[in-house]
Amino acid sequence: MEVWALQLFNGLSLSSILLLIALGLALSFGLMNVINLAHGEFIMIGAYTTYALQQAALNFTGDAQSGITFLIAIPVSFVVAGAAGYVVENALIRFLYRRPLDTLLATWGVGLFLQQLARTIFGAPNVQVVAPPWLGTALTVTADLVLPVKRVFILGLVTACIGGLYFYMYRSSEGRRMRGVMQNREMASSLGVSTRRVDSFTFALGSGLAGVAGCALTLIGPIGPSLGTFYVVDAFIVVILGGLGQVPGTILAALIIGMLNTMLEFGTTAVVGKVLVFAMVILFLQWRPAGLMRAKGR
Amino acid sequence: MTTMSSIMTVVRNASAPVRMHDRIGSWIAPAIMLAVLLAAPAVLSDFRIALLGKFLTFAMLAVSLNLIWGYAGMLSLGHGVFFGLGGYAMAMFLKLESAGGKLPDFMFWSGLTELPFFWAPFKYAWFAIPMTFVVPAVLAGALGYLVFRSRITGVYFALITQALALIVSILFIGQQAYTGGTNGITNYTTIFGYPLNAPSMQLILYYASVAALVAAYLLCWWLISSRLGRLLVAMRDDENRVRFSGYDPAVLKTLVFSLSAGIAGVAGALFTPQVGIISPTMMGIVPSIEIAIWVAVGGRGVLLGAVIGAVVVNGAKSGLSESFPAVWQYFLGLLFIGAVLLFPSGIMGLLRGEGWQRPWWLSREQVRGAISRLIPGATR
Repeated sequence: MEVWALQLFNGLSLSSILLLIALGLALSFGLMNVINLAHGEFIMIGAYTTYALQQAALNFTGDAQSGITFLIAIPVSFVVAGAAGYVVENALIRFLYRRPLDTLLATWGVGLFLQQLARTIFGAPNVQVVAPPWLGTALTVTADLVLPVKRVFILGLVTACIGGLYFYMYRSSEGRRMRGVMQNREMASSLGVSTRRVDSFTFALGSGLAGVAGCALTLIGPIGPSLGTFYVVDAFIVVILGGLGQVPGTILAALIIGMLNTMLEFGTTAVVGKVLVFAMVILFLQWRPAGLMRAKGR
Repeated sequence: MTTMSSIMTVVRNASAPVRMHDRIGSWIAPAIMLAVLLAAPAVLSDFRIALLGKFLTFAMLAVSLNLIWGYAGMLSLGHGVFFGLGGYAMAMFLKLESAGGKLPDFMFWSGLTELPFFWAPFKYAWFAIPMTFVVPAVLAGALGYLVFRSRITGVYFALITQALALIVSILFIGQQAYTGGTNGITNYTTIFGYPLNAPSMQLILYYASVAALVAAYLLCWWLISSRLGRLLVAMRDDENRVRFSGYDPAVLKTLVFSLSAGIAGVAGALFTPQVGIISPTMMGIVPSIEIAIWVAVGGRGVLLGAVIGAVVVNGAKSGLSESFPAVWQYFLGLLFIGAVLLFPSGIMGLLRGEGWQRPWWLSREQVRGAISRLIPGATR
């Protein structure tokens, strides 16, 4: 029983990180029909921002373990990755809205460039962010079920992000404009919504969320310049399964993929688990090609 | 007015220079290139010929991708997998020959005691060599049919093939006992009983690569100029219209995707003996998407462009990346961006006089102003 509860928890933990990464992709895809292959590099930017802040704290105060630094790093990662996304959108992506396949290649180029930049600045070997001590402990639920506080923290962080996103999308005027553009770009534009502004803000928002994911990933393991590539393909699968730019669909798909991955890996091996998930998604698309939730346009 | 100008466009397109360009593109340029390739061994050192031979297998791979991307509009980001599968099939044959009836070394290290059943037939060339085409073609056919049947196109197709690249590469890394794991399959010394690293054998393999490239080129060319080729272009531009005209795009796409994968597999089979190793690093996400940049740099939708692009980009890579690896990475990143935004029709487009795309950060007026400042009297 405890074994399964632990697996369930691990699945949730993986799902939450996938979700944070996939949301940004789903938003920019739903809004602008753009798939951003450099999305993984925004994760990397978030992770290295956390690392850089910690190094700075170490230099100034000699105390790397302070939990405060890590807590500060979360919003800073969001802002830095979001700003990078804003720049990429304005300098490059807005010229490619009608050519989705070309965007794929151009953003891959951006990704390569950013990876090499990270290698030049921080060096090719992986680096380790020291988790604050209060995150290193474990939460004992029952004698056999011990949950690492790190993972619980990440779960909470993602929940907070989803809550924030919900508030932004459904309770703010900026979010209302965004939903308007998603539903009907021309109509929104003729009613005076600046679609340019909505596009670049949404892209920045998605990149920022990836940055937060990167910050969270520093808790799980060492980080390197190609950190993002590993997660981003899974996130694409989530987006495909979830359906075109649908936030509820993305959430559901992230849960399914995360759970399936963990359960199948537990039953077999990591590799076989991944192969099975891929096969299942392909088969599922036979049944519902548009994904779990269909986009409703007007 | 509009009718008039559109008639003018048609008339202009039908005028002599364009047809001349087409003739150069379809006959004269490939013939010159073939002559250069055939004469190259007389001029270049053994080392350079080995390198060029490797590039030719890449060129063949690029031709196979250009067939489905340039003409049919399906960008596969998993072509490295098909190349790799062909390479592995060939490597299995070479490895079994070198092992001389014993168990291949890496299997022994991984604790296997007898040859796995699917390895056994690969000791026969008559089985292994056709398999370099069949295995990738069947995998692509199966995946393609499922994907195209549910009308998954464009970006979705690209992402699914990318996931395929990830899955297959980690699968090959994980199954160490059967595939050699991260190291891949290497250490084979002979082919059909002749030493593999002798210069004469390298030369034979080089000419085999030239021959295979020519065969693939002619096959694709024949396909494109046939009725099927016109259907491919029509599907790229308006799939529904093709469907309403009574064709089944799923079947057509599956067919051509599968053929393309088979060609990629044969290219891989020629790569393995020339380089002496095949490993999962050849078929992950990164090498697979690099194939697309070869095609984009050469010129998509032009068969010869793929050949030129593959040779030029790989030539630049082996020149730059050995001495300045960091510079190469930056350059490659910028190449992806530039190939899309500045010269979308590639080298062939430049040669055909289609020219550069207006730099994306400048407006039309700014470009016009800059030109008239640079070349006084230019009225463009």
